[in-house]
Amino acid sequence: MADKATLAAAEPVIRRRFLPTIEVSRLRFAPTLAAICLAVIVAAAILAPLIAPYDPIAMNPMERLAPASWAHPFGTDPYGRDVFSRTLYGAQISLIVGLGAAFVAVLVGLPLGLLAGFFRWIDAILMRIMDGLMAIPSILLAIAIVSLAGSSLWTVLVAITIPEIPRVVRLVRSVVLSAREEPYVEAAIAVGSSLFKIMWRHLTPNTIAPLIVQGTYVCASAILTEAILSFLGAGIGTETPSWGNIMSEGRLYFQLKPGLVFWPGLFLSLCILSINILGDTARDVMDPRLGKGRNG
Amino acid sequence: MSAADMPDTKTDDVLVVENLVVETAGREPATILAGVSLRVAPGETVCLVGESGSGKSVTSLATMGLLPKGALVARSGRILVEGEDVLTAKLARLRQLRATRMSMIFQEPMTALNPVLTIESQLEEVLSAHSQMGAKERRDRIRGILDLVKLPDVERMCRSYPHQLSGGQRQRVMIAMALVLEPKLLIADEPTTALDVTTQKEILRLIAEIQERLGTSVLFITHDMGVVADIATRVYVMRHGEIVEEGPIQKILEAPQRDYTRDLLASVPALHPREGRAATSREIVLSTSELGMVYRQPSLFRKREGTVAAKDVNLTLTRGRTLGVVGESGSGKSTVARCVMRLIDPTEGSIRLRGQEIVGLSRGALRPMRKRIQMIFQDPNRSLNPRLTVGDSITEGPINYGTPPTAARERAKELLQLVGLPTDAIDRHPHQFSGGQRQRIAIARALAMEPDVLVADEAVSALDVSVQAQVLDLLDEIQTRLGVALLFITHDLRVAAQICDEVVVMQHGRVVEYGPTAEVLGHPRETYTRQLIEAAPGRHWDFPNFRPLAPGGPGSIEAMA
Amino acid sequence: MLAYIARRILASVPVMIVVALFVFLLLRLTPGDPAAIIAGDMATPAQLDQIRQSLGLNEPLVTQFVTWSGQLLSGDFGRSLISRTPVLTLIGQRLEPTLSLAIVTMIITLVLSIPMGVLAAWRHGSLTDSAVMAVSVLGFSIPVFVTGYIFIQIFAIDLRIFPVQGFKSISEGFWPFFSRIFLPALTLATIYIALIARMTRAAMLDVLGEDYVRTARAKGLSERVVLFRHALRNAAVPILTVVGTGFALMISGVVVTESVFNIPGLGRLTVDAILARDYPVIQALILLTSGIYVVINLLIDISYAFMDPRIRY
Repeated sequence: MADKATLAAAEPVIRRRFLPTIEVSRLRFAPTLAAICLAVIVAAAILAPLIAPYDPIAMNPMERLAPASWAHPFGTDPYGRDVFSRTLYGAQISLIVGLGAAFVAVLVGLPLGLLAGFFRWIDAILMRIMDGLMAIPSILLAIAIVSLAGSSLWTVLVAITIPEIPRVVRLVRSVVLSAREEPYVEAAIAVGSSLFKIMWRHLTPNTIAPLIVQGTYVCASAILTEAILSFLGAGIGTETPSWGNIMSEGRLYFQLKPGLVFWPGLFLSLCILSINILGDTARDVMDPRLGKGRNG
Repeated sequence: MSAADMPDTKTDDVLVVENLVVETAGREPATILAGVSLRVAPGETVCLVGESGSGKSVTSLATMGLLPKGALVARSGRILVEGEDVLTAKLARLRQLRATRMSMIFQEPMTALNPVLTIESQLEEVLSAHSQMGAKERRDRIRGILDLVKLPDVERMCRSYPHQLSGGQRQRVMIAMALVLEPKLLIADEPTTALDVTTQKEILRLIAEIQERLGTSVLFITHDMGVVADIATRVYVMRHGEIVEEGPIQKILEAPQRDYTRDLLASVPALHPREGRAATSREIVLSTSELGMVYRQPSLFRKREGTVAAKDVNLTLTRGRTLGVVGESGSGKSTVARCVMRLIDPTEGSIRLRGQEIVGLSRGALRPMRKRIQMIFQDPNRSLNPRLTVGDSITEGPINYGTPPTAARERAKELLQLVGLPTDAIDRHPHQFSGGQRQRIAIARALAMEPDVLVADEAVSALDVSVQAQVLDLLDEIQTRLGVALLFITHDLRVAAQICDEVVVMQHGRVVEYGPTAEVLGHPRETYTRQLIEAAPGRHWDFPNFRPLAPGGPGSIEAMA
Repeated sequence: MLAYIARRILASVPVMIVVALFVFLLLRLTPGDPAAIIAGDMATPAQLDQIRQSLGLNEPLVTQFVTWSGQLLSGDFGRSLISRTPVLTLIGQRLEPTLSLAIVTMIITLVLSIPMGVLAAWRHGSLTDSAVMAVSVLGFSIPVFVTGYIFIQIFAIDLRIFPVQGFKSISEGFWPFFSRIFLPALTLATIYIALIARMTRAAMLDVLGEDYVRTARAKGLSERVVLFRHALRNAAVPILTVVGTGFALMISGVVVTESVFNIPGLGRLTVDAILARDYPVIQALILLTSGIYVVINLLIDISYAFMDPRIRY
């Protein structure tokens, strides 16, 4: 890490060199690979009805636990369903849950965080609630919600999103708290700008870059949580194929047919990995100083 | 000084830097130091002076072998410390040299000491790293050196953590740490810049005393010509990574050869107060009475005494005049500015803006009054929103008060011209401007509101002297043209002497002395004011005229008595 | 110092109240009849009535909350709907495996992650740094159950070093215990290592840019002293913070890992309770783990005072 005083001295030169938009040649291979990987998964999810060779829920007792073959690239499950088709369809659930959770968490967390950062009394109450929410392990909370309200896609989405909200609120709040100490915010107060204008014009833009980064992490974490819920049997009903479901049903036959667990597991891992890499890249590009742990 | 003047390494110079070239690392290196040469003889104090970005700090870090890895690289040249080349030395050898032959103290004593280790352990590790001393010997040595730097209650100091010490004490600890093994060379990088003038004076005196005692050579990096005049035996003037001029102190101050050096010296404001101006108006635009601010920390367990940031402050500012508020850090001068702006709410007293009480006004009731008073902040890098264009920043206020955007934009263009910037600056972003230009934009933003009072909180302190002089001229010109009253907060007596009609001297939140500048700074009545003036560096020198102030001449202490 | 500790303890009280309130409202505010939700589809009206009675569902919400939290405070977490055993007894029986797993995981994590993070920060931008970051991103991204099955496949099925599944108490000997606990602990540790290595690296990078690190180097101290004595000590607070907040991550990991490795601990109890819709057990588990989370973070808060003298005074 470069030394502050020295960089201050060398600042004009360094700024000239590093501020322009990233050159294409500087792009490293990992983010590119991640983007391609994610694009393939998104395509698989959207095109699943067109490219899946079988109906993902059609059982075929004649072909139970068939090995991988040209007809069934990933083999079949204990009910004779085609694992390849099920895995393609499973991408749909994961992406819906991931994007949905990220979107809702930001939508709810941003205004709450802005308010908490700006009004002391809201902060005092809201942050106690958020602290309480964060103290409940997210999986247990999600399990409890799903087991009470039933296992529909909506319940699962809500159950997964709620534990993510406090993280967004805390992030926005901390950005606002540090930004409001900036003299340019005081200058805006001095020229008579309304509270709303200060929040919208001077504070909110500061939160966008970290929110994009946080959004990708929420997305990855939601996909993971959904898979865990399904794996434990507390997720979306088994009639809808999701990566967690497929693995959950395959785990009893794991020693016999490891593919039942590994294929969906591979897709799940690649999907989360790609999103995380893109998130890290976004963070590095937008602000190299943000390079901290995601929970920090 | 060119390399040819320097006989090879056969000198007894403690430090010889020859043609040092430092570049940024990476594929397209940019030059930071373009062949710097300098030398420091035994027992000498050499000042390396320059404005920000001149490369003076990089020179000092290179000498210690502390250039940040991966960011800056020494490409060529030699740095000989007692004849041994630092640039080619192995890392292990370099470590041995540090603290034993060369030491360094830094600008921020606040952050330069490790917050989680006691003073004693931070001193002791120097001894255990470089010597074979036994525990008892180390103990004695530590106490000895702390005594030498005149720290009180040495035993308690040893057990203390840095945050329990004052800024001056921390810098003394730094000096003790640097000199405990009696190295021949001490590099001091702006060691007093973060300190108050009175503390600065003590630290400078301490360095001089120890230097005499131990025979240390000092390479002193500073931007402050006053400090240079007080301590240097020889001076190197740096600019854009090159040495512009070098010579004995007398020669540099009296007969500088290069234009840059002349400009630098001419920009130093004189400590001698300027002639008082005749008042043009009797209208009081701003006044405070019994203004006070106490910070109370809420506590569950006991009632805490609040911190008194300001108490019984009475000020009066008339149209078109400049009132200076001077004082050291913690004197309450910024608190007063922020109260007057209603950025914080004073806990007692009243503030009248054109006769109207503004303490206790609600946000809504305050809104029309906000127009009347505007502020210029210290750090121009942070007082403009980096995401907004210059035009958006300047027009924000007028649009808030109902000016149509197009009209506000036209007005913004006029204002940009008024502050000496091209009108096409309006669509650019702050980062495209230098610090001085940004401060001009901030002034334009304040003027856009057509205020009666302009509060300038250390508005020129973050700027280099040459830029500072230009901004001060601009403020003066604007005042003459628009008749705006200025409340000018500064720690710098020289600046206050040049721009203020009246000054208030503050200490510990209270007003110590208040009167016309010529009176207060020319013939101070209070001891504290006198101490402040005496502590101002270079006060015996009349920089703009390249001559010493005659003892007993105007502005000298002898004349005050 | 004492005042600081007292303040921290007081500050964690409202957090626990919020947790309790949340758990309480979860059942009551879910659309539908809570009694029917708990009893399941096959319940008779008499059974429903009995559940309503036992949970006091006919009372106003405030009264219910007061009674309910009063019971919690006196240690009464109710009985399992299935086995009719007191919930606390059930939990007590399952505590040992989970505790063993958590402790072994913690040891593996700390031994590996902190040196990894320190090394990556010290060699910032090097291949080592990239490798550590890559391991960290991988650890984050591969779900625990996938990692678990990969480890089982490699170490238990292919290499036959460890048994595939199960748990033996340490009282039955070290090797039987260790051979069964090591794989699940390593599995669980992957996320935790990822998290802490990453945070250690970030915190160290921050600290290594501080003036006092430059001072330490200017004093001619060795890199080992600079890194561990000066930098790591100052980076300890953010690292500890993440150890604490990461505990929540560990809980979810435990639930999954115990399922994969067939360990009869609290995680398995949770899964069994979900499948049987045994709500009192789920509720008690949430309260218990949240309580542990709060206590761990409280202890970490207090430990700051020992790490950083600025907090102490």
